[in-house]
Amino acid sequence: MAEYRLKTPLSEEDVRQLKVGDIVYISGIIVTGRDQVHRRALELAAKGEKDKVPVNLEGAVLYHCGPIVKKVDGEWKIFGFGPTTSARMESVEADFIKEFGVRAIIGKGGMFERTTQAMKEYGAVYLAHPGGVSAVATKSVKRVIDVHWLDLGTPEAMWVVEVENFGPTMVAIDSHGNNLFLDVMNKAKEKVQEVYKTL
Amino acid sequence: MSDLRESLINGVFEMMKLAAFNVPDDVKNALKRAYEIEDNPVAKANLGAIVRNLEVASTERIPICQDTGTPTFFVELGEDFPLKAGLREIIEQATVKATQEIPLRPNAVNPWTYENSGNNVGRFVPIIHWEVVPGDELKITYLAKGGGSENTSKLYMLSPVLGLKGIKKAVIDAVVEAGPKPCPPIIVGVGVGGGADMAMKLAKKATLRRLDDKNPDPKLAELEEELLHKINSLGLGPMGLGGKTYALAVKIEWAHKHPASLPVGISTLCWAARKSIAVFKPDGSMKVLMPP
Repeated sequence: MAEYRLKTPLSEEDVRQLKVGDIVYISGIIVTGRDQVHRRALELAAKGEKDKVPVNLEGAVLYHCGPIVKKVDGEWKIFGFGPTTSARMESVEADFIKEFGVRAIIGKGGMFERTTQAMKEYGAVYLAHPGGVSAVATKSVKRVIDVHWLDLGTPEAMWVVEVENFGPTMVAIDSHGNNLFLDVMNKAKEKVQEVYKTL
Repeated sequence: MSDLRESLINGVFEMMKLAAFNVPDDVKNALKRAYEIEDNPVAKANLGAIVRNLEVASTERIPICQDTGTPTFFVELGEDFPLKAGLREIIEQATVKATQEIPLRPNAVNPWTYENSGNNVGRFVPIIHWEVVPGDELKITYLAKGGGSENTSKLYMLSPVLGLKGIKKAVIDAVVEAGPKPCPPIIVGVGVGGGADMAMKLAKKATLRRLDDKNPDPKLAELEEELLHKINSLGLGPMGLGGKTYALAVKIEWAHKHPASLPVGISTLCWAARKSIAVFKPDGSMKVLMPP
């Protein structure tokens, strides 16, 4: 297990060196995107209008997060910046990685086979942020740089946020086909057969 | 009487604020212990971040989690407490104030239109469980529970022939199915008996018990320990990324049941167990019992 402090944008080399179990802190820019950002961006891509996606996501860090935000003196301020459940994005994430070239996805609860395969193919990683650890994440926010697609509502909008030492996040899916969540879950499913015998 | 109303609104608002920034000491201590006994580096990093998050939230008054939950209240209204009319409105007003001022994330959404009410008040929300009890005090327990851990709740309507073994299997199965989703380490509440509704309510109430209390029924105390040990032996660990502690505690409540039924309700509560308990005297003065 190694610890890395990475700066955005991330290169393919940055993420290919990471292995499941490594710990990563991110500095630079994080873009939030959950259900609706995925849907809208992929619809634009399908129509050949990728340029209408307001942020260049090549090498970007995408964060599954619906922040708590409030305007203070005319400026957006973040009061909650913890991760949301990534499983909801499983059906679209592989296409998102392929279309937009994001290099890291941060969320909680893990993702499944199709995303794991796309990460291997295109060179990306899934970083698990401890669920509920929102106060620490909020403190790592330096400022809100921009927000797009506010019509989707504040939790679903695309927030462009500058962070410093955002983490700890753990590499739970690396770009070599390893998925720590699925490994742990499969072991538990084997173990449970033994536990049944003791009930 | 309007003074009492004001005191109650402010008191409930204070309870919501306390819970947004703090978890009770028993939960905090259990998380610290989990950190100390852990040797899996990923699990240790998760627990270290959780413990630090609790400190930051508490000292800097930043909500522990960005999902500030569905406001849920368990109200024990003393028969002789001087104010009975309008208690729901009092709780609603405190909720609106808490949503604006803390701030809380607005989490009350119309299930048909997906429209968000914007202030955590809606049809049957805040969720309030009422009970009328002897005495002249008003006891309120507040729970701010996030969607992730509520989504892994389970109800099993078992065949009574399955008995104790069936109950144990239901708890284990619910946990395996939950996996990383409820933000473990979790508190597992189990409600046995009653009907479907009672089993679920008891399960949620069980998650409100102090983690360090012992079930007064020695057989159930033993069962709670056995289930805790078996759940943690699966190796799911914090956040489902492997390790020693998936559950901090298993707590069981029960009710008598219909001969043909064996309801088992299971409620999972994330480590960010944001709950507060306060007792109001007839003059409106308030004593906070939790968090200390």
